[in-house]
Amino acid sequence: MKPPKFATFLLHLFSSPHRTEEMEGDLEELFQERIREVGLRQAQWRYVRDVVSLLRPSLIKRQEHHYPRPTNTTMLRNYLTIAFRNLTKYKGYSAINIAGLATGMAVAILIGMWVWNEFAYNKSYANYGRIARVMQNQTFDDGVKTWTGQAMQLAPELRSSYGSHFKYVVTADYPGSHLLSLGTKNISNVGNFMEPDITEMLALTMLKGTRSGLRDPSSVLLSETAAKSLFGDTDPLNKLITIDKKIPVKVTGVYADLPANSSFQELMFIAPFELKKKGLPDWVGWGNSWFQTLVQIADNANMETVSAAIKDAKLNKVRTNDDARFKPVMFLLPMSKWHLYSEFREGVNVGGQIQYVRLFSIIGLFVLLLACINFMNLSTARSEKRAKEVGVRKAIGSVRKQIMLQFFSESLLIVSVAFILALMLVVLVLPAFNAVADRHIAMPWSNPLFWIAAVGFSVFTSVVAGSYPAIYLSSFQPVKVLKGTFRVGRFAALPRKVLVVVQFTVSITLIIGTLIVFQQIDFAKNRPVGYDRSNLVSFWIKSDNLINHFNTFREELLNTGFIEEVAATDSPVTYTGVTNSGLEWRGKIPNMADEFVTLRVTHEFGKMVGWKIKEGRDFSKEFATDSSGFVLNEAAVAYMGFKKPIGEIIKWGDGTYKVVGVVKNLITQSPYEPVRQTIFFINYKRISLITFKINPAKSAPEALARVEAIYKKYDPDNEFNYKFTDQEYAKKFGEEERIGKLASFFAILAIFISCLGLFGLASFVMEQRTKEIGIRKVMGASVSNLWQLLSKDFVVLVIISLLIAIPATWYYMHGWIQQYTYRTEISWWVFAASGAGALLITLLTVSFQSIKAALMNPIKSLRSE
Amino acid sequence: MKGTYLGEFEEVVLLAVAIRSGDAYGAAIVNEIEQQMNRSVNLGAVHSALSRLQEKGLVSSEMGGMTAERGGRRKRLYSVTAYGRRALEEIRQLRNQMWDAIPNPALT
Repeated sequence: MKPPKFATFLLHLFSSPHRTEEMEGDLEELFQERIREVGLRQAQWRYVRDVVSLLRPSLIKRQEHHYPRPTNTTMLRNYLTIAFRNLTKYKGYSAINIAGLATGMAVAILIGMWVWNEFAYNKSYANYGRIARVMQNQTFDDGVKTWTGQAMQLAPELRSSYGSHFKYVVTADYPGSHLLSLGTKNISNVGNFMEPDITEMLALTMLKGTRSGLRDPSSVLLSETAAKSLFGDTDPLNKLITIDKKIPVKVTGVYADLPANSSFQELMFIAPFELKKKGLPDWVGWGNSWFQTLVQIADNANMETVSAAIKDAKLNKVRTNDDARFKPVMFLLPMSKWHLYSEFREGVNVGGQIQYVRLFSIIGLFVLLLACINFMNLSTARSEKRAKEVGVRKAIGSVRKQIMLQFFSESLLIVSVAFILALMLVVLVLPAFNAVADRHIAMPWSNPLFWIAAVGFSVFTSVVAGSYPAIYLSSFQPVKVLKGTFRVGRFAALPRKVLVVVQFTVSITLIIGTLIVFQQIDFAKNRPVGYDRSNLVSFWIKSDNLINHFNTFREELLNTGFIEEVAATDSPVTYTGVTNSGLEWRGKIPNMADEFVTLRVTHEFGKMVGWKIKEGRDFSKEFATDSSGFVLNEAAVAYMGFKKPIGEIIKWGDGTYKVVGVVKNLITQSPYEPVRQTIFFINYKRISLITFKINPAKSAPEALARVEAIYKKYDPDNEFNYKFTDQEYAKKFGEEERIGKLASFFAILAIFISCLGLFGLASFVMEQRTKEIGIRKVMGASVSNLWQLLSKDFVVLVIISLLIAIPATWYYMHGWIQQYTYRTEISWWVFAASGAGALLITLLTVSFQSIKAALMNPIKSLRSE
Repeated sequence: MKGTYLGEFEEVVLLAVAIRSGDAYGAAIVNEIEQQMNRSVNLGAVHSALSRLQEKGLVSSEMGGMTAERGGRRKRLYSVTAYGRRALEEIRQLRNQMWDAIPNPALT
């Protein structure tokens, strides 16, 4: 006869182990008795009732132990207490130590997140690994030029003759701002005209409609944002809208906004390329590289193979005409390289943004290294103070392993505190950092990789920083330490000195580098520009009405009295992007692959920008023949080899042009490069941008308001978006200035961290030498004597750093500056100034401590032993 | 009853321990109470009362006396301490005192 099993099981599960035996015994005894007295069923029932009644809290409660905690946690608690007491006893050191390490870590985290973000660019596209852009290298007289632009004939050619290599081939315009109108509602959006396969290539997530919606030749796909701003909550599907007030299209789909941090992030609508093609003149051919060709290679294809296979795709088609001279070579630039490797020189990829990624990774590592060195230096210096503690611990029975564990856990504690501080700092600084770096980086809280890296790094730092005290101090013989015969070895300070030298070498390198970057920017800024940018304002023409009525528009502006002059061009004077070739002139070397920058202008352009005529004359309305006249810049005269350029006849296509004037070089492209050969000529038809000069005697805001009122008469639909030419010119330095600003921020940080370390180290040394200083004072040393003596050691270290840093920086920066054709000389004073600055800062830092030590009353320092 | 309050059931259990002195353990006390009072008692109630009595110092316990009918398991044998005995006596005295205070006519 057995009692119910589950009840016994329940009893074992819950009851306190020390009671189980007696309870089970009682239960069993009663059960057997009751079988005899009241029968099996009743006995079982009573058994269960008893078990349930036994499961009361007072009986489930576990037996109390008389020794509640194991002794080793008490010891661990003691380590924590001692660590905490050491931190609070030397508040200054602790603050320096933790703050220095936290800033270093914060910088490293920030840079790490930025680098991660740069590498993640475009990765959110499903076909990331298979998408590429078709590029072309063309050989001109003055070198190989690499273009992203392609003829619109290329994509059909790739599809028909090289079809097996590709899954999709797409011709696309360049994205631009266009006006979308629904009834009376006009919203200007960035969009692009692309062939329909782009929807598959980018794997658009369709919220409404389908990807094939773009195959309808008069359709448009809107992004979620664009659809919302245009239609609000109503369903946009199959509604009619117009693009730029000209092209009626039907909305055939809405796609989820394209991922941020990607090449297509701004695309608010996609319209079929057919629409763009309809508006193009018939003569647009292989020679007009006006479009992009995007491809997705076949699933089994290899990027390099395909790239090599399509090499002559254009050449084969242009063999019979002029363009063959430039030997066009097609190749693919994979999507993975669009962002970081976008620059080419002489047809070879020379990187691009990746340079900055590398530069800042190195800087970040260096700053972190500096902070770690600081931490190690300070904690090892402090640890010698704790030799007695180690002695006592050993005397009462600590083994070496325990002392090592103590020091390691102590440094882990400090590193953890610093890490938490660093995280808080990063969260604080991130918005400002995003603004400077022009990114949307978020804290990767949920990324396990981030935490693995963070924990790994913390453990690494604490092991490195804690290893010296842990291994060295734990080896002391307690007898020697406690008797006081223990001496720190002569070379104990050597590793510390080496670390200080490393720190200062890095800081000085960063400072000199930053200075040279700024010198180069300044040099390029001060270069004579050749025209006057002040008070110039320009805007893009969005309505043909302005082109057709340019002269009346100009008259109206001039009549306000606020505007001095108005002119139109086909590209901005600060960025002349149009080049042409195939010109013939007297003395041209036959078959020379010529290339000129061309700028179409209206008559008053030169007068407005204030260019300087060197020979001949400016364009003038008095000479009707000027409509086929050229004004050349000095570079063009030199390029064509004219001795007396005025009156020379130049043939271009079907027309002949006469040179009427020569102007001094105008910087219309990169301020770091020599001015390229440029031709200015009159054209009132193919203009795309109007520039006007505000009368300097009048207020600019009022003038702009007047211009806007008149602008609205000619183009009521588009907003009046204007840009100041001097600001546009300043943007040419934007990239360099941004790098310079960030680099100087890090340089200052580096020197700050180094000085923090030096300050802590100096105060430690002074404290050690208190008695020595006291004796010297008694013997008659003056304060200045002592100051010299105490500061000398540190100054020597900084001089050694200078000797290492200066040649290294010179070598590196000399290489950097070679990339600019128009560059400053690296002058000696940069090195002298940074050297003097470093010495001065060192002296200031150290003097604070050494003078304090030298001023101390010897009675106080010698009184106690 | 200085300080230590003895509940009705606790008192019964304590008396049962005294009756079974020398062989007072959970199952025996259950039997004793059931016989004496003619009512069924839960083992859990008895165990919890015993452990409360022990906490109060009225009984003491030791392990011992394994028998075959318990499957060879030991019993916890309780015995009344001196303090427990005094407490019982005090209760009895108090009751008697109160009985004595009842005027005779009321009982008839």
